[in-house]
Amino acid sequence: MKATLSNSDYLRNFDRFISGLDFSDPDILRIYSHPKWINVHPAVLTLIVAMAMRAGKQYVQFENLTATSGSYLDRMGLFEFTDQASPYKIHKKEESGRFIPITVIKNSTEQSKFITDMIPLLHLPVDKTDAIKYTIGELLRNVLEHSESSGGAIVAAQYYKKSNTIRIGICDGGIGIKKSLQHYWASNAKTDIEAIKWALVPGISGTTRKEGGTEDNAGAGLFFIKSIAQVARNYFLIYSGSGIFKLLLHDKRIEKPRLHPHPDDDRHTERNDAPYFQGTLVAIDLSLENKSEFTQLLAAIREVYGRAVRERKRKIYREPKFV
Amino acid sequence: MKTIIELKKLVGEFAENKDIAKKIRVNQIMPALANGKVVVLDFSGISGTTQSFIHALISESIRQFRDMALEKIEYKNCSDIVKEVIKTVSEYMQESLDVDTYEG
Repeated sequence: MKATLSNSDYLRNFDRFISGLDFSDPDILRIYSHPKWINVHPAVLTLIVAMAMRAGKQYVQFENLTATSGSYLDRMGLFEFTDQASPYKIHKKEESGRFIPITVIKNSTEQSKFITDMIPLLHLPVDKTDAIKYTIGELLRNVLEHSESSGGAIVAAQYYKKSNTIRIGICDGGIGIKKSLQHYWASNAKTDIEAIKWALVPGISGTTRKEGGTEDNAGAGLFFIKSIAQVARNYFLIYSGSGIFKLLLHDKRIEKPRLHPHPDDDRHTERNDAPYFQGTLVAIDLSLENKSEFTQLLAAIREVYGRAVRERKRKIYREPKFV
Repeated sequence: MKTIIELKKLVGEFAENKDIAKKIRVNQIMPALANGKVVVLDFSGISGTTQSFIHALISESIRQFRDMALEKIEYKNCSDIVKEVIKTVSEYMQESLDVDTYEG
């Protein structure tokens, strides 16, 4: 396997990093980078760790790691997933806060502890943390419940003061979205990109076809996260198998963007020809500038969710028979 | 006689652990409703929650006991976020009550 670390930490430029991935020969991972400059989104790190877990610690090699800015990799804990020693000297105390280093979560107890412990690391006002806890909590839970990943969920995040944004990556090396939907939704998830989009529709769960979900799953998690990103003008990306769905920003002048139950109606890019990744990566940039309150956002999501359920119900109602 | 469940000591300040929600549902909420009791879910000290937590906590009682669950479950000391999430789950469960399977 091969990965080339990017020079841009923006999700809008993520395709370049993905196009450079090579998942062939899973027994070894070679990581390349620019000799002078490394700038990565936390999602890149989580994907690299998923690849490193597949190869095994002793088979992860950094090639020509000379960029000074590569010390960020050490700070985020990437070298814990390789036997190769870090070429950087980090003074951890100097780098206090504002990031969540790469963390592996394997069960709900670890998840709850992580959610409690992570917020102080970001040094943010309490009222700004609800959306972060919500997003990370739901995404981690998705991995634990649906990915069948023996390595658990890999998470990392970075706060950017200038843009007042937190960039989050959550990744697993599990079965991928398409396979998780096969049992109940095979006809709606024939390709990876179809599966990703179907998983974004409110009320679609890999665990049932029943409207309203099962007692434990509603199939709402990803729709909520996508909606949170949409309302707050944030980027949101899902990569699974060969499919990539990327939510694009809506026009700045639109104060209240319309939420859509079906992702085809969202402003987005999609592809189904990415290098095949066995697992799922979710990346999101959450702006903390957002004017609307999190509660208002939840109310807007509720309205669209209800509309989606009603539309589906209408589809299965029988028409009266006029003769 | 009311069954009062103080959630903070079970789930912490941010209610997201579905495994705990499931235990509360199975061990406390469903048996209480089956006995016709009022259930008070006290969210005092909880700042926020996730949709999946609230779904695991209350959706099955709405599906099984329908109007009785809506009548007999009371939510106390909810933050605005908790209220919004409860409203969402309650609403989509009621919307879906008369549909067993989506064949679309």
